[in-house]
Amino acid sequence: MKYQSQKVAKPYFIAAIGLFVGQILFGLIMGLQYVVGDFLFPEIPFNVARMVHTNLLIVWLLFGFMGSTYYMVPEESKTELYSPKLAMLLFWVFLVAGALTIVGYLAVPYARLAELTGNDLLPTMGREFLEQPTITKIGIVIVALGFLFNVGMTLLRGRKTVITMVLFLGLVGLAVFFLFSFYNPHNPVLDKMFWWWVVHLWVEGVWELILGAILAFTLIKVTGVDREVIEKWLYVIIAMALITGLLGTGHHYFFIGTPEYWLWVGSVFSAMEPIPFFMMTLFAFNMVNKRRRQHPNRAAVLWALGTGVMAFLGAGVWGFLHTLAPVNYYTHGSQITAAHGHMAFYGAYVMIVLTMISYAMPMLNGREAANSNKSQVTEMWGFWLMTVSMVFITLFLTGAGILQVYLQRFSDAPLPFMIVQDKIELFYWLREFAGVIFLLGLIVYIVSFFVKGEEARLKPAEQTLVE
Amino acid sequence: MLLVGLSADTVQRLPERDNRENLTPQVALGKKVWEDNNCLGCHTLLGEGAYFAPELGNVYVRYGNSKEAIKGFITSRPVDGIPGRRSMPQFNMSEEELDAIAEFLKYMSEIDTNDWPPNVQG
Repeated sequence: MKYQSQKVAKPYFIAAIGLFVGQILFGLIMGLQYVVGDFLFPEIPFNVARMVHTNLLIVWLLFGFMGSTYYMVPEESKTELYSPKLAMLLFWVFLVAGALTIVGYLAVPYARLAELTGNDLLPTMGREFLEQPTITKIGIVIVALGFLFNVGMTLLRGRKTVITMVLFLGLVGLAVFFLFSFYNPHNPVLDKMFWWWVVHLWVEGVWELILGAILAFTLIKVTGVDREVIEKWLYVIIAMALITGLLGTGHHYFFIGTPEYWLWVGSVFSAMEPIPFFMMTLFAFNMVNKRRRQHPNRAAVLWALGTGVMAFLGAGVWGFLHTLAPVNYYTHGSQITAAHGHMAFYGAYVMIVLTMISYAMPMLNGREAANSNKSQVTEMWGFWLMTVSMVFITLFLTGAGILQVYLQRFSDAPLPFMIVQDKIELFYWLREFAGVIFLLGLIVYIVSFFVKGEEARLKPAEQTLVE
Repeated sequence: MLLVGLSADTVQRLPERDNRENLTPQVALGKKVWEDNNCLGCHTLLGEGAYFAPELGNVYVRYGNSKEAIKGFITSRPVDGIPGRRSMPQFNMSEEELDAIAEFLKYMSEIDTNDWPPNVQG
């Protein structure tokens, strides 16, 4: 670690992992409710568990992005962070606001929470992923502004690199598009249309910039490949991400009341959305193949390669699977969507945050470059258990989805939703089983932070590579 | 830029498709009731939401074009659920809220969605 202020990343990473555990526990509750319908009813109805599951995911990824930014920006800019104090203050504000919101979800019925938090004054609640009380949303904006100010001031006075510019563009986009969450017109079609400007333009737009920047940074560090080479890749990847992702929004405008031309626009552009993700796969493997040093943190290299592969599979392949309008006509809003959502979020955003944590945490803990080999092996067990079980979660949900689509929408005698749900129960049980393995993997991953042993050292590059 | 342009065009064309001539204060209230009870946390609406409970964009049609049937279903939910099965919570809605949510769901069924869903089962 080259700059003292990079240390503020550490609490962000710890909070991220803590909330990640909460997310998975609520995922398991929901998975069980799919097969044991009255589990925890009426104390924690499905909709509450789902809010907690998805909101925790978003919040911990944001913690991860912010932590990654605080780690990367001083090192890239070659200067200390503008204000580490502000970073710590915002950390606590965000954590407490997030925790209160989750407690609110669990403690009172949602309608009561809406009433208590004054949703009547400026109604923004009750829309998927944007369930937070309006006051929480305002808090998120304030935290985002403080964060951007802090990072922006640091960038201004330091060295400007392609990586930090792409990262900052992504973060500014994140904040700007979140503002659409305050637009909630009475007209449901308009509401849905611009709701996607938050959700789609985040995950299939500006978040990809953040993903690209973090991946580029860690690849420079662990492979020692020239910055110029890495920057060229990054440019092309983000250009492709924006070209395909922005108009790819159209694949959400097929069946919500928007004009028919979106069937074409959405299909054509979103069909190209796998391209930037495939380039990320090539990028990661190419850079590691051309590495000029053998970095002792092999776990971080594994996470980086894993991100490249899993983001392409989850976002690229599983996205393409149901993105063409004639296919989506049958699969829209089915378990196929859920399958894609799980692997895409895990492969792209969970894994990139864990890549960064894997790379940075040893240094944040005062080591030279890496944890002990024993700790890394434990971490890699966590990697494989989580990644393989996520593949199975996705496959089981895909199986469930194919049957659901056939029985409910495709066959000559379509069956009602709940009858179909009973028939595909087996797949939900298998998904839950895979989910338990995922939790085990997460526990192993966390244990790896506490495995001691002699630190793996950096070896002189040439020496290692000649061997 | 293209996204902004096409979106502007879409907003121009929406009146032909989005059923806005029927957007009464009651429908607006229904949308608010829909949101305040987080209905999207279990159901889909025009395919968006959670996949735990049936699609409701066309529930008005599925229930034989009957607002009374929709209200009847909502009010009849047992407080403690149904043993071993998924059940919608009892929301204890007022008559005004029930009328509004039913009107809102009728409104949703009249939006031009390019013929989605494929059949009445949603």
